[in-house]
Amino acid sequence: MGTNISLEEKFQAYVDAENKVEPKDWMPEKYRKTLVRQISQHAHSEIIGMQPEANWITRAPSLRAKLILLAKVQDEAGHGLYLYSAAETLGTSRDQMIADLQSGKAKYSSIFNYPTPSWADMGTIGWLVDGAAIQNQVMLTRTSYGPYARAMVKICKEESFHQRQGYEVVMKLAQGTPEQKKMAQESLNRWWWPSLMMFGPSDDNSPNSEQSMRWKIKRKSNDTLRQEFIDKTVPQAHYLGLTIPDPDLKWNDERGSYDFGEINWDEFYNVIQGNGPCNKDRITHHVKAHEEGAWVREAALAYAEKEAKRKENRTSAA
Amino acid sequence: MGGGWLNGVKRDFTKEEALEEYLFFLADDALILGQQLSKWCSAGPVLEQDIAIINTALDHIGRARLLYQHLAEIKGGATTEDSLAYFRDHMDFRNALLVEQPNGHWGDSIVRSFFIDTFNFYLYDALRNCTYAPIAEIAEKSIKEIAYHAQWSAEWVVRLGDGTEESHGKVQKSIDDLWMWAGELFESAPVFEVLDPSFVAFPTLKSAWLNKVDEVLQMATLARPEDDAWAQTGGRYGIHSAHLGYILAEMQSLPRTYPDATW
Repeated sequence: MGTNISLEEKFQAYVDAENKVEPKDWMPEKYRKTLVRQISQHAHSEIIGMQPEANWITRAPSLRAKLILLAKVQDEAGHGLYLYSAAETLGTSRDQMIADLQSGKAKYSSIFNYPTPSWADMGTIGWLVDGAAIQNQVMLTRTSYGPYARAMVKICKEESFHQRQGYEVVMKLAQGTPEQKKMAQESLNRWWWPSLMMFGPSDDNSPNSEQSMRWKIKRKSNDTLRQEFIDKTVPQAHYLGLTIPDPDLKWNDERGSYDFGEINWDEFYNVIQGNGPCNKDRITHHVKAHEEGAWVREAALAYAEKEAKRKENRTSAA
Repeated sequence: MGGGWLNGVKRDFTKEEALEEYLFFLADDALILGQQLSKWCSAGPVLEQDIAIINTALDHIGRARLLYQHLAEIKGGATTEDSLAYFRDHMDFRNALLVEQPNGHWGDSIVRSFFIDTFNFYLYDALRNCTYAPIAEIAEKSIKEIAYHAQWSAEWVVRLGDGTEESHGKVQKSIDDLWMWAGELFESAPVFEVLDPSFVAFPTLKSAWLNKVDEVLQMATLARPEDDAWAQTGGRYGIHSAHLGYILAEMQSLPRTYPDATW
C-alpha cells in the first residue's frame, strides 16, 4: 500500500514538473485508462468524421474543391491512424478499439452525428468543427502523455490548414449569389450550437475533468475553451456578414468576452446516448465497410503467411 | 451527313480536332476513374487502404485537371476546366467504358484499376516522348504516380488471387466479368491516323499490356480469358453505358443547379 501511494505521488511530482510520460514509464492505472478512452475517442472521431464529408466528395462543385475535400478526408484518415498507434502504446490493440466503437462502448465526438445535407456544410465543418477541434488540440500539444502530445503537434498543423480551407468555402458562399448566401447562413444555423457542444458539459457537470487537469492531460476547462472559441469565431462570422443564431449573444465589455445563450444540454446528452440524427447511420456504415472488407483482410493475411513460408523455404534451400 | 460520319459518329478529324479528342480520351478516363475511386472513401477494407485509394483518386483527378486546363486553353473563350467537367453531357465524354463500370466489391474495383493502371503505365511512359510538349510534360509529371498505381493494383490482384479460396474465386470472377470492357482500351480510333505517331496509338500498347497482365495473373494463380474475346466499345465515340448518366448526374448536380455561382 505504502509503496503504491509513493509511486503515485512520484508520478504527480513528475507531471507537475512538466515532464512527459512515455509508454514504458510507470503510470497510475486510471491515468492509462483515461488516456486510452480519450485517445481512442479522438481516433474514432477522425474516422467517423470522414463520413459526413465523404458524402460530398462525388458532388463537390469544382475540381479544385473536390481535390481539397479528398485531401482533407485523407488527412483525417491519417490522423485516425496516428491516434490509434498512440493509443496502442498504452496496451490496447486497434482491433479492440474498433470493436468497442462498433459495439457502442467507445464514443466519438457527438458533432459527427449531425447530417451534411448542404455543400455549405463542407465549409462550416472546416470553419467551426475543425476550429473547435483546434481550440482543444492546441492545448493537447502540451498534454502530459508524450506520444499523444507529439501526435497532436502534427495533427494541429493540418487542422489549421483545414480550418482556413473551410473558411474559404464559406467566404465564397457568403460573397456569392443570394442562393449561396442563403446556403451559408442555413448551414451556420445548424452547426453553431452543436459546435459549442463539442467542448463537452459545463465545468460543474464534467466528472472526468478535475483529475485530467491534475494529471495535465487536460490543461484548460471545457468552459474556458468554449469561451475562447466563441470570442474568436464571432468576429469571423461578422466579417462574412453572417448571423450567429443566438439572440442572447452580446459583447460584454467588463469580461472582455461574449455572453451567450443557454446550450441545450438535453440535446447534447441525447445525441451522446445515441439519439442524434445520424448515430445509427454512422455506425452501420462503419460496420458494413468492416464486414464487407473481412474477406479482403483475410486474403491479405493468408497471402502474407504464404509469402513468409515461401521465403523461409527459399532461405533454408539456399 | 457527310462522308466523314458513320452511324452518326464523326470519323474524319482535322489535326486540331484530333488533338482535342486525344486529350479528352486521357482527361475523361482520369476524371471518371478518380470519381469512381473516391466513392471508396470511408468504405475501404482497412484504414491504410482507405488512405491508399483516396490518394489514387486524388492523383487521377489532379491529372484530369491538368488535361482539362490545357483543353480550356486551346478552346479559349469561356471554357474552363470546370465547364468541361460539369457542363458536358454523356455523349461528349470520351472515357473508356471500363472506368464507368460500377465499383462492385474490393476485388472488382482492384481489377478495374489493374487493367486501366497497366494501360496507363505503358501509355504515359511512351507519351513522355510526345512531340506535343504539353502532353509530354503532363506525362513526365504523372509517370511516377501512375507507376505506383500500377504496382499497387497488381499487388492486390496477386494478394487476392493467391490469398484464400474465397478471395481467389471472387477475383477470378471480377476478371472474367470485367474482361469484355478491357478490350476497348486498345481499339483503333480515326484520330490516331491524323496525329503523328508520338501521340501513342492505343492499339500499339496491347502486347505489352497483355504480357504484363499474364505475368501478374500467373503470380496470382489466376486464369486470363481469351484475348480475342468480344469487347464492348463505344466510349471513345461518346456511346456509353447507362452507368455514366448516374455518375454525371451526381457529379454535376450542384453547378447545374446554380449555373451562375462560382465556388
